[in-house]
Amino acid sequence: MANMSTHTQGMPPTDATRRDFLLYATTAVGVAGTAIGLWPFINSMNPSADTLAMSTTEVDLSHIAEGQSITVTWRGKPVFIRYRTAAEIEEARKVNLSDLRDPEADDKRVKKPQWLIVVGVCTHLGCIPLGQKPGDPRGEFGGWFCPCHGSMYDTSGRIRKGPAPLNLPVPAYTFLTDTSVRIG
Amino acid sequence: MSGNHFDNKVIQWLDDRLPIFSMLQHSAVEYPTPRNLNYWWNFGSLAGLMLVIMILTGVFLAMAYTPNEALAFNSVERIMRDVNYGWLLRYMHMNGASFFFVCVYIHIFRGLYYGSYKAPREVLWWLGLIIYLTMMGTAFMGYCLPWGQLSFWGTTVITNLFSAIPVVGDYITTWLWGGFSVANPTLNRFFALHFLLPFVIFALVFLHVVALHTTKSNNPLGIDVKGPQDTIPFHPYYTIKDLFGIGVLLMVYLGVVFFLPNFFVEPTNYIPANSMVTPPHIVPEWYFLPFYAILRSVPDKLGGVIAMFGAIVIFFFLPWIDRSKVRSAKFRPIYKQLFWMFFLVCVVLGYIGSQPPEGTMVTLGRVFSVAYFAFFPLLWLTSKFEKPKPLPQSIAAPVLKGASVGHAAQPMEKA
Amino acid sequence: MRKYLIPAFAAAVIAAATPAVAAEKAEVAHQNWSFQGVFGHYDKAQLRRGFQVFREICSNCHSMKLVAYRNLAALGFTEDQIKAIAAEKQVTDGPNDQGDMFQRPARPADHIVPPFPNDQAARVANNGALPPDLSLMTKAREGGPDYVYAILNGFVDPPAGFKVNDGMYYNEAFPGHQIAMPPPISDDAVTYADGTKATKEQIAKDASAFLNWAAEPELDTRHSLGLKVLGFLLVLTAMFYALKRKIWANVH
Repeated sequence: MANMSTHTQGMPPTDATRRDFLLYATTAVGVAGTAIGLWPFINSMNPSADTLAMSTTEVDLSHIAEGQSITVTWRGKPVFIRYRTAAEIEEARKVNLSDLRDPEADDKRVKKPQWLIVVGVCTHLGCIPLGQKPGDPRGEFGGWFCPCHGSMYDTSGRIRKGPAPLNLPVPAYTFLTDTSVRIG
Repeated sequence: MSGNHFDNKVIQWLDDRLPIFSMLQHSAVEYPTPRNLNYWWNFGSLAGLMLVIMILTGVFLAMAYTPNEALAFNSVERIMRDVNYGWLLRYMHMNGASFFFVCVYIHIFRGLYYGSYKAPREVLWWLGLIIYLTMMGTAFMGYCLPWGQLSFWGTTVITNLFSAIPVVGDYITTWLWGGFSVANPTLNRFFALHFLLPFVIFALVFLHVVALHTTKSNNPLGIDVKGPQDTIPFHPYYTIKDLFGIGVLLMVYLGVVFFLPNFFVEPTNYIPANSMVTPPHIVPEWYFLPFYAILRSVPDKLGGVIAMFGAIVIFFFLPWIDRSKVRSAKFRPIYKQLFWMFFLVCVVLGYIGSQPPEGTMVTLGRVFSVAYFAFFPLLWLTSKFEKPKPLPQSIAAPVLKGASVGHAAQPMEKA
Repeated sequence: MRKYLIPAFAAAVIAAATPAVAAEKAEVAHQNWSFQGVFGHYDKAQLRRGFQVFREICSNCHSMKLVAYRNLAALGFTEDQIKAIAAEKQVTDGPNDQGDMFQRPARPADHIVPPFPNDQAARVANNGALPPDLSLMTKAREGGPDYVYAILNGFVDPPAGFKVNDGMYYNEAFPGHQIAMPPPISDDAVTYADGTKATKEQIAKDASAFLNWAAEPELDTRHSLGLKVLGFLLVLTAMFYALKRKIWANVH
C-alpha cells in the first residue's frame, strides 16, 4: 500500500489527504471484516451442540464394594470412582498440606468421604494412571501410578511424586441418591 | 526476478535468499496492465477468490463430515444443526460451487469475446480449460458427498457414462465404483479425490497466472501493448478495482447464502440415498446442464458420451480454428453476432438439459446440439472471409484518426 | 437478422415447454408465513402449537429422527418441560453391566423417538406404505411449507370418474392424487394449550410452520446474521468504490 503515494504526486494536498483517510478507513473496515469473518471457521472446531448435550453421565454406585474402584466415561475421558476404606480416608487426611506440590485438603476434594471421584487423566501429559484394578501398581502412596513418566498420586488423587504438576481434577458432580451420582 | 531493493532489512535479507517479495512486487504490484481493462476482466480474480473460499470452507467441513454410506447424510445434517456455524460453512460451500462456476463461465465467455485464446496466449487458454475440466470433476464428486437421492443417482448415471467405452467400459465403471454399483467405496474415494483436486486446481491456477504474466493481459481492444503509455501498474489500480468487484460479488453470493440458500438445490437431494428407488426426474447441477442436454440428444450411448466430452475438448483447438488475426469481437462484426448466437445456444441447451427428455424437448435438444457444434466450422469460415473494422493505433489512443486523442484515453467502462 | 432469430426461437421453445411442465404438477397455493422474506422469523407460539400437533397426531406414524428433544428449547420450552416431553418415550440403551440392553426414558440429548423400530415395522403398521421421516420434509419437497399445508388441506372428494385404489385417499395436492395417508386432521383435532381456535386450517398452518422449523432450525440466526453481513458489505463496497474513483481519477 505504501507505494500508492507515488501516484498522488501531482495532486493537490487536500485531495491526497482525503484519499489517505479513505484508504486507511477502508483498510481498517476490510481487515476488521475479514477478522470477524474468520470466527465461524474457528468456532466450528469448538464442541458442537450434540457434543455439549452429552456431557453428563449418571452412575449407579450400589454394586461397588468398599475398597473397589470403577472407571466410567465422561466426555470421552475416564473418571475414577473409588469406594475408599477407612484406612485410605485416614491416610489422605493426615497428610501435611505444606508437603504437597498442589496443596488441597482431602475434604475439599470429596462430597462424601468414602467416595473419591476424580478424572483419571495424569496432569503431566495425559496418560491414564494405573491403580484401578486389584493387581495394578499404585505407587508409593497407595493411590495411582502413571506408567508413562512415573507420577504417583495418593488416596485423594493428589500428586505426590514424579513430573505431574497438579492433582487429578475433581469433576463437577452431584449425588442424586445415596447410591447414584451424576457427573457433569 | 530478484534484485529489487527493499527498505526493510529483514525483507531484503529474506528476499536475497528466497525472492518471494520480488515475485510479489513483480507480479502483483508493478505488473504492467493494459490501462483499458473493463469490468469483465474482474472475473478471473473473482474466480480465484471463490477457489479460496471453497478450499477454506471445504477443509473445515471435512473436519465434521463422515464419508460413509450409513453416516454421510446424517453427518451433513449434524453439520447443519449441531456444529457451530456449520450451516453457514455448508451453505457457503454448496452455493460457492455455483458462484465459482458463474465467475468461470463469465471469464471464459469474456475470453471468447475478446479473442484472449489467440496467439500468444494459447497455453494460457489451455490451462484455463484444464482448470475448468478439473473443476467439473471436483464439483461432480462433491455433489456425491451429501448422499441424498440425487447425489446417489447423479453419481450412478455419470459414472455409467464410462460403460459406453467399448470392450473395457464395464471394467472401468467397476473400477471407479470399487464394487458393482455406487456404494460405500465409491463415496469414500470420491471424498478423498474431492479433497485433493482443489489443491490441484490451485497449482493449475498458479501456472495459469505464470502464463498470463509471461504473455501479459489481453485487453478489450485486443491489440498489443505498444509501450509504457498503454499500461498502468497493477497496484493500486487493479487491486482496488478487484477489491470493489469482490465486494459486489460477496454481496450477491452471501445474499443467496443467507436468504435463498437452497436456490440452486433440487429438493430431492434432501431425501437420503436409496439404491432401490430412482427419483422420477434426475437433473445435474445447473453448470452441467448444456452438456447434459448434448449427451441426451444423441440416440447412441457411446455417441452421446463422445459428443458431450467433444463439446469441451473442441475448445482446445479454438486458437487454430479461428484464423483471424484480429482478437477483439469489437472489430469483428460477423464474429460478434456468431458469439452472441453461441452464447444463446448454450443458455437454451442449459434450459433443455433441465427439462424431462420428452416430446419437443428431444427434437429441440438435437437442433441446438447441432447448433452448438456448428459454431466451430462457422467460426472458421467467418475468420477466413470476414473483413474486420480498422484497428486503433494503440491502447492510449484508441479512437481513429480525426477524433480528439485527449478525450479518447478514458480507461474504463468501454466494453 | 439471424441475430434476432435465435432469441425469438429460444423464447418460443420456453413458452411451448412451460405449460407442458406445469400441467404435471398439482397446484400449490402460496401461504403467508412469518418466516418468509429477508426479515422473516419464526413465531414461537405457532411453532409450539405445531409441535403439539406433531406430538399428538403426526408422531403416531411419522418419525423425526434428525431433531433432538434439546432442540425444542428454540421453541421456548424450559429445560424441565423438555425433560418431561422426552421422558414420555422409552429408548433402548446398553449394554449394562450384566450385558443386557435395557429400556430407559429418553433424555433431552436423545433424538425424537420414532414410532416404529424400523422401516419394515412402519410399513406393516401402515398398510404397506412407509410414512416418510418429517425432519426435512419442507426442504425435500417442491413448494416447502406451502406444499405441506396443501397436502394437509388437500383431502377432497375425487372428481367424477376418478378411481381411487383400495387403502388410498384422494388428495388434490399430491402428485398423482392418490396418497396412502388417511386425512390426518380435522377441526378441533387438537385442543391448543394456548387457547387458539383449532380449525383445520389453523392446525395445518401450525404443523407446516413447525415442520419448516424442524428442517431449517437455523433460519432465525441465518436471517439476522445475513442482514448484518450484507449491511457491512454494503458499507465496505461503497468505500472500495469511492477509493477506486479516487485512485483512478488521475488516469487520463
